[in-house]
Amino acid sequence: MRSSLSGLIKTAGVVLLQVATFATAQTVLYDKSRVSCVSRQMNVPVEAQFKKFTARIAFDPARPEAGNAQIEIDVGSFDIDNAEVNDEAKSKPWFDVRAFPKATFVSSGIKPLGSGRYEARGQLTIKGRTADVTAPFTYKESAGNGVFEGAFSIRRLQYNIGEGAWKDTDTVADDVQIKFSIVVARNVPAAKK
Amino acid sequence: MPAFSPLRYTRTAIALHWLIFVLIACGFALAVYMVDLPLSPQKLKFFSWHKWIGVTVFMLALARVAWRIAHPAPALPATVPAWQRHVAAVNLVALYVLILAIPPTGWLYSSATGVPTVYLGLVQLPDLLPKDKALAEQLKLVHVTLNFIMLTLVIIHAAAALKHHYVDRDDVLERMLPFIKSRGK
Repeated sequence: MRSSLSGLIKTAGVVLLQVATFATAQTVLYDKSRVSCVSRQMNVPVEAQFKKFTARIAFDPARPEAGNAQIEIDVGSFDIDNAEVNDEAKSKPWFDVRAFPKATFVSSGIKPLGSGRYEARGQLTIKGRTADVTAPFTYKESAGNGVFEGAFSIRRLQYNIGEGAWKDTDTVADDVQIKFSIVVARNVPAAKK
Repeated sequence: MPAFSPLRYTRTAIALHWLIFVLIACGFALAVYMVDLPLSPQKLKFFSWHKWIGVTVFMLALARVAWRIAHPAPALPATVPAWQRHVAAVNLVALYVLILAIPPTGWLYSSATGVPTVYLGLVQLPDLLPKDKALAEQLKLVHVTLNFIMLTLVIIHAAAALKHHYVDRDDVLERMLPFIKSRGK
């Protein structure tokens, strides 16, 4: 009796756990993940990385529509490997990090496109301005991890990024590509978090 | 020395000489001016222009070397002492080497900084080096040092040409000048 009760609890626990893995976020492996942006100056592509961000992702390739993602980027972690440009990027005409330290993406829906390709729709907020974006991405599983990779373009002036003299798009183009590669651990029990 | 020595440089040689000189002078002056500017759209433009000038100089210099091989330079007057001929020849070869070497050092420096070179904003040159900050600093030093060596050699080259014109009063300068007929000594 006792053993069957414990069996029942165990089974219930496993079921609960499985439900929980759909609903709760997966563990993001930040040291393997990367969020960056590529801007063009005089048509010269230059990539900068956002070194600090937090992502909350719940995604099951068997039920992609049920997935969701919230990503919060620490804008002050912008790094283009040049101290002068880093300082400039954080200043008021650009990201205005003091007033707007975070940029966020909140998904509103995920749609499968077939053969490992998906599309996340959602709202992207940078510098206090919000716009709808669609981010195509791929999902692959390797070495026990899930890897989300994708890129999409935004128009920087829509978010008021680059004010004053920097509004001139002949020098720094309006189109900026956001690239992401986010790695999550699969099947991590909820109890471990 | 060729059996037949022309009196003047060919029009093409003269055009290439002065075009390359003007471009290098502009690229050099622009570099000295732009490096310490605060970051601005203008500064980014200047950097791009500087790189475009460098690529152009490199291509013109290749054309010039090819032209020079096919079209021998006029001989120096017989009055020029041997040591001056040697200095002039060494200086000239060194200038050609520097004109051809400096643009690639700039390109490598740019690559190592992680900023590709896009010629005229149209053609992206391949990055020959991966991004490497320490290497970039060294390449910058090489690029700048070679430029100041070149400046020194250009001053010697120009001073010698002016000396020929005003002191020796021969046609060594004139035969490289456009729009002027040689004194034809």
